Amino acid sequence: MTLTIETAAKTFADGTRALCPTDLTVGPGEILSLLGPSGCGKTTLLRIIAGLERPDAGSRIRFDETDVTGLAVEHRNVGMVFQSYALFPNMSVRANVGYGLKVRKVPADERRQRVDEVLRLCRLTDYADRPTHALSGGQRQRVALARAVAPRPKILLLDEPLSALDAALRDSLRDELAAMLRQFRITAVFVTHDQSEAMAIADRIAVMSSGTMLQVGRPEELYHAPANTFVARFIGNAMPLAGQMENGVLHLPGGRLELPASAAGKTAYIRSENIRLDQAGSLEGKVETVTFSGGHFRLAVGGVLPDGSLLYLQHPGRTAPESGSTVRLTIDPSDLIYLADQTSTHS
Amino acid sequence: MKRSLAWWLQCAVTLVIAAFLLVPAIQSILAGVTANYFRGLSSGLTLKWIGRVWELYSASIFLSLWLAIACLVVTLVIGVPAAYALARNPGRLSRMLEEFISLPLAIPGLALALALLQLYGTLSGFRTSWTFILVGHVLYTLPFMVRSVLAVLMAMDFRSLEESAATLGASAFTRFRTVIVPNAMPGILAGALTVVTLSIGEFNLTWMLHTPYLKTLPVGLADSYASMRLEVASAYTLVFFAMIVPLLMAMQWASARAQRIAQ
Ligand SMILES: Nc1ncnc2c1ncn2[C@@H]1O[C@H](COP(=O)(O)OP(=O)(O)OP(=O)(O)O)[C@@H](O)[C@H]1O
Ligand SMILES: [Mg+2]
Repeated sequence: MTLTIETAAKTFADGTRALCPTDLTVGPGEILSLLGPSGCGKTTLLRIIAGLERPDAGSRIRFDETDVTGLAVEHRNVGMVFQSYALFPNMSVRANVGYGLKVRKVPADERRQRVDEVLRLCRLTDYADRPTHALSGGQRQRVALARAVAPRPKILLLDEPLSALDAALRDSLRDELAAMLRQFRITAVFVTHDQSEAMAIADRIAVMSSGTMLQVGRPEELYHAPANTFVARFIGNAMPLAGQMENGVLHLPGGRLELPASAAGKTAYIRSENIRLDQAGSLEGKVETVTFSGGHFRLAVGGVLPDGSLLYLQHPGRTAPESGSTVRLTIDPSDLIYLADQTSTHS
Repeated sequence: MKRSLAWWLQCAVTLVIAAFLLVPAIQSILAGVTANYFRGLSSGLTLKWIGRVWELYSASIFLSLWLAIACLVVTLVIGVPAAYALARNPGRLSRMLEEFISLPLAIPGLALALALLQLYGTLSGFRTSWTFILVGHVLYTLPFMVRSVLAVLMAMDFRSLEESAATLGASAFTRFRTVIVPNAMPGILAGALTVVTLSIGEFNLTWMLHTPYLKTLPVGLADSYASMRLEVASAYTLVFFAMIVPLLMAMQWASARAQRIAQ
């Protein structure tokens, strides 16, 4: 099913503008992630799609060709996984998963068959008759997913389904969830504020900030060609190289970089994974801190950027320079991202 | 082991207080099964008086039970949806409404009865029917049901539960029936036992509202003390105890359970 959102906006009764007019299309079977910092309106948009929140006048939500803007939530046939899971405490796992089929009056035989199938897909067969409070966090999350997909909804909506789990579990369940979503072959919108989660699960990512949709695209598009500074910083922490541009040369406190002509009037951004330590590098700075994070060292280098800003880089070697030592760096100009300066609300 | 003087003093005080509370109860129970109270236990034990109470006042017992059940049904039908509505729409108006239905707790039963008499006393058909007393009991017990259910609802995240039921296709009524009511059950149960206990034991208001043909259990008790032999009145007390104490114990248990859930 294709989900089409046209100029959807939401202003709460107290005047909070949670969502500015937004357009978005999600194709059949596509998994789209809504990504953005806390309070940017992700949940609000998801709830508007579900029908749990009434959008402002002028908004339109379509499921394929059907306009569902005025349709009550119980008639929309959406599946939703809540942040808190909201499993029914008065029912067993099986009854939770079968609830949607039961209220739709699916005959008992067919219901049992379909519940069994979903339980198997979500690897819950062994827990089918347990009460929901006797489950681990990861099992609860799978019950919430199973319950949402059992009635074969037109679209699956997930609101930070992994955020209630602890960090270690979250990483392992992320790939599992991605695999399960693919297996259901269902149009899905997935809310998260964690970019690695969005990249691992989604076909396309929609980046939001303060109620506006900034950019929608495949993960690698957002990474390599961010549309603005917010996206550049939010996806992969690009750092601005703020310096004086003169005749195609960027003058920084720590040295100079030659830039192509197209860079004129724009700010160059670089990511830590694209900076290398190099004796012959054109930039010089002093190592402020060194932290080891498994695969690589993370170095904070001062004196390269103006105003005491630190430049972070990842060093994959077995040993790293001591903090306090002077190092030379090199940046391949092809890794730079050029973005027009914006006096935007985001910093 | 040698005990200190303080221990003996505390022990004595405790025993005196216990005796102060227990002796009249024991005396009353004994009076109810003694053949002749003025001659004392030597006159022998008998169930005659209890039989007599049954003869004279069985109608009161049945009326009280009937009233309690009717009162329970009405408070369930009104109170549970009312508590749900209050929980769903938190706000100044809801607070005021909650205070308003709780007013009968603060107003003496007498005043409530007078108000009812003034308002409906002239409708003689209604005035002389048991439903008149029922109205009084409902007014008096409703806040207990509403508050008990409300406390349990507020303690659980019923909004998310209801929203997830809605996305699964359940209509408003189905959500109420299959999600709200089962999960509010501890509060409903605690409220129900409170309502039944209060309705059976209510005297103030019922005394004002009753007619000679409609005497509830406590009103009958007052009547028996006023007009019968002491043995009959005592036997009556015994019957009253036997009915109310198990209810009280069940109520304690249920409200402790509801409180555990509401934390
Ligand atoms: N019922 C409400 N009434 C008023 N304002 C609200 C209401 N619900 C949300 N908001 C506001 O709308 C904005 C967007 O909220 P929303 O819940 O959509 O954020 P979010 O992106 O999901 O954040 P998070 O990642 O923290 O869940 C916030 O500023 C929030 O305070
Ligand atoms: Mg949210």
